[in-house]
Amino acid sequence: MATLDLTGLDTRPSQVWGGVRLVPLVREEPVDDLRLGSLSYGDAMGVVQTGPRRAYFSYIPHGFVATWSKDGTPAAAYGTQLLADGDPAPADTMSLRFHRGTARREARNRLRFLPVHLALEGYLTLHFGGPTIAWEEWSQRAVRQGLAPRVEEAYVGAEVRGLADALRVFEIHPGQCGVLVHLADALAAAFVVPHPEDYRALHPTLVQDLYGELIHHYATLMSPVPDFKARIPDAGISSLAGLRTAVAEQEDAWKRFHDTTMAGGLLEQAYTWRTVHRMGRFTLSRFLPPFRPKRENHIGEAITDDSGRIAYLKTFRLSESQVRRGHLLSRLADHDWHLGDTAAGLGIDEAQLGLRLRSAGFGHLLRQDILDAYRKQERIRQG
Amino acid sequence: MESYGDLVAADDVLLFVNAAITSTGQREFHGDVDEQRLSLDFLHAYMLGNYRDLYAGVLALDINDHNAALIIRRLLETAKEATAEQRRSEGRLIASRLATLPPQRVYGLFDALRRAGVNNRRTRAIMRDWLSARPDPAFDAVKYRGGLKRALRHAHLAPATEELGTFVFAPLSRPHYATPLLETWRRAHYEQAALYELPYTAAEGFAARHGIPREVFLKRIAPRMTRLETLRLQESARRRGAAGVETDLSTMPLTRLAAYVLSLPAEDCLRRRAELTHALESAAGRVAGTHRGSWGKVTAVLDDSFSASGSGHKRRRPLAVALACHYLLAALAGDYTGLWTSGRSDALLASPYGPTPLGRRILDALDTAPSRLVIVSDGWDNAPPGLAGEVLRVWRTRLDPGRRTSVVHLNPVYDAAGFDVRRLSATVPTAGIRDAEDLPALVELAQFAEGRTGLAELTAYMDSRAAHMTSGRHRERTRWPHWT
Repeated sequence: MATLDLTGLDTRPSQVWGGVRLVPLVREEPVDDLRLGSLSYGDAMGVVQTGPRRAYFSYIPHGFVATWSKDGTPAAAYGTQLLADGDPAPADTMSLRFHRGTARREARNRLRFLPVHLALEGYLTLHFGGPTIAWEEWSQRAVRQGLAPRVEEAYVGAEVRGLADALRVFEIHPGQCGVLVHLADALAAAFVVPHPEDYRALHPTLVQDLYGELIHHYATLMSPVPDFKARIPDAGISSLAGLRTAVAEQEDAWKRFHDTTMAGGLLEQAYTWRTVHRMGRFTLSRFLPPFRPKRENHIGEAITDDSGRIAYLKTFRLSESQVRRGHLLSRLADHDWHLGDTAAGLGIDEAQLGLRLRSAGFGHLLRQDILDAYRKQERIRQG
Repeated sequence: MESYGDLVAADDVLLFVNAAITSTGQREFHGDVDEQRLSLDFLHAYMLGNYRDLYAGVLALDINDHNAALIIRRLLETAKEATAEQRRSEGRLIASRLATLPPQRVYGLFDALRRAGVNNRRTRAIMRDWLSARPDPAFDAVKYRGGLKRALRHAHLAPATEELGTFVFAPLSRPHYATPLLETWRRAHYEQAALYELPYTAAEGFAARHGIPREVFLKRIAPRMTRLETLRLQESARRRGAAGVETDLSTMPLTRLAAYVLSLPAEDCLRRRAELTHALESAAGRVAGTHRGSWGKVTAVLDDSFSASGSGHKRRRPLAVALACHYLLAALAGDYTGLWTSGRSDALLASPYGPTPLGRRILDALDTAPSRLVIVSDGWDNAPPGLAGEVLRVWRTRLDPGRRTSVVHLNPVYDAAGFDVRRLSATVPTAGIRDAEDLPALVELAQFAEGRTGLAELTAYMDSRAAHMTSGRHRERTRWPHWT
């Protein structure tokens, strides 16, 4: 359990467009030895190759599509990958079948994110593999395939009102390596990359990312959010130097307010971290929130360096029902997916837990006869 | 003592002037076409309804051609509502403004009047006078044949000569034209060599019809291109290997030149640094004229943030205006400092990038203790928002209440939602700007916006501009206010 630590990333003043607030994160020193895989840049970007070639590790963000497979067909990264320099292709890819629209874009050799639903299925499957012990209550399907395929409800950024325009008019800061996306002043996502050039390449793709239903509703229903305008108190300023100090204070005040209040829901939670992969001085991990209902809950993945600093980060804010489902799943995982133990842990009986699983959309994971027995038991109890 | 109503009127007029200088009803960085049109339409209707005299008077100011055409059209559409006296003065203003509009705009305006069914006696008279004043009817007939035809038809006018009439309405019915240009146009249908004697836009269509390769066409038509056509096409001609399409940069207007420099790749700018710098400096020198070096110590804050990239319609326009102002102010000032918001110092390599930390840059500018501070920015101050306004307010109220430093904000972008150009602070006057060439006049106009002068002065100013324009001196396109 550890909190998310954004040390080394400086918060800069937010830019507002309608209900969208984008908070830039700037690095003093970019991470040079971890870069977005040059393979995924394709022909479109020559930046990685400029200058004397130095050794670096590369990563490929989750759901990123490029011509990686050996036969040249496009494939998607299944979860974010870490690669050693010069590696021909990532190990875990998901091959893709393209519809007409996407195939056209592929011809231009453009980088692109995955179709939405696939990405999110992958996202949650990566966090919850399904039962680890084949208890008899679980259906064959649950045991063999885990939770996949699961479809979670999410909205592509293009459907979130105002987001595309906000990204278009956003003025990228020099040295910017990340952004916090707030919709109606609720934190929707955090996104951090190692190097400003990676950020420039990925900035427009934020609109193709996923946002939870809560965020979508907020963006649709809320009125535009106000700018946090700078205010300089008149009193006590008698020289240009004094004015300069007041200006610096204004800039600091926003930073403090943002990091403690605006992003508090993300930064002050303790997360369960699971290391996925280590390479050189970098560690790729995924993290889960404690799934406390009616609170902000973000899941995500991160690459950290040897000193624990974030090099790459991507989070997704769960909707309320997703939090409830996550809560159930994490309870189950805590008890090795044993229904009886989990029910006891939650203070309910097994039948109630079974029905709760069903109403949460996990009915297909339980054997049909077991589920029927639970239902009957519940009917009798309610008499 | 001014009444409250007068102050409101003065405010409204200035707001409208700002819009009429900056907005062209096209997409901007922060607003789309519909917003711009809707917003501008409202302003025009509002001005026409409330201040008809002042609305017409705006024609004499340096507003852009798009709005000039809109004003003329609305005045003619509502001729019935005007008094006889108003009609006379409007007629004079319209005639003199039409004389300075590019012909394609005027033909477009006539078309719009036709579509709107405006066909009163005054409109017909204005069309007649404008057409009869055209220097070369045959040239117009070749280059704007459709427009001319519709205008003649709509206003029931007889063509200048019988031959011209045939040319406009049934061009290929004659075996021969006596007018050389018309004859060339006829021959160009059958003979490739003839088309190179036509105006560029007319020849382009024939070239496509004859299947002439683009580079061959560009090379041979080069002598027939107008100055702006040459400027527009020389880069594409160079890429196609057609030498000969070369503008003489030393005669280019300043803002056009700045836009051209910004369109060049960085390596070209570096290679041609001496040539480009010289061209920009001499263009600025021409605008400054006798006022060169007379402005004292000037510091400019110039916005080269990402939003200065404009839109697909107005590519890099705000940045071009800032760049042109940079050179113009350098020519006007005795001692000049130019500060770009990005912190870069090589003006020639300016490119729209990054946020707009105007507040900090204004502080840096005030540090140089200038006697004039000029800010050229679209008013979107975002790092952090509102800081520039606060800095300017505290500076004005606490540190420089005696106004030792005059501060003016020039804004090249119309903000459709606010019906005006965006302001940085209530304590600093803001004026819209379209061409850097207008800068000196706008700095004067901005005084009105500061609220220190009222409707009486503003009306007097507009009357004198109108008198200046209708007396014909405006044709010289001198952009200096008459009193300087």
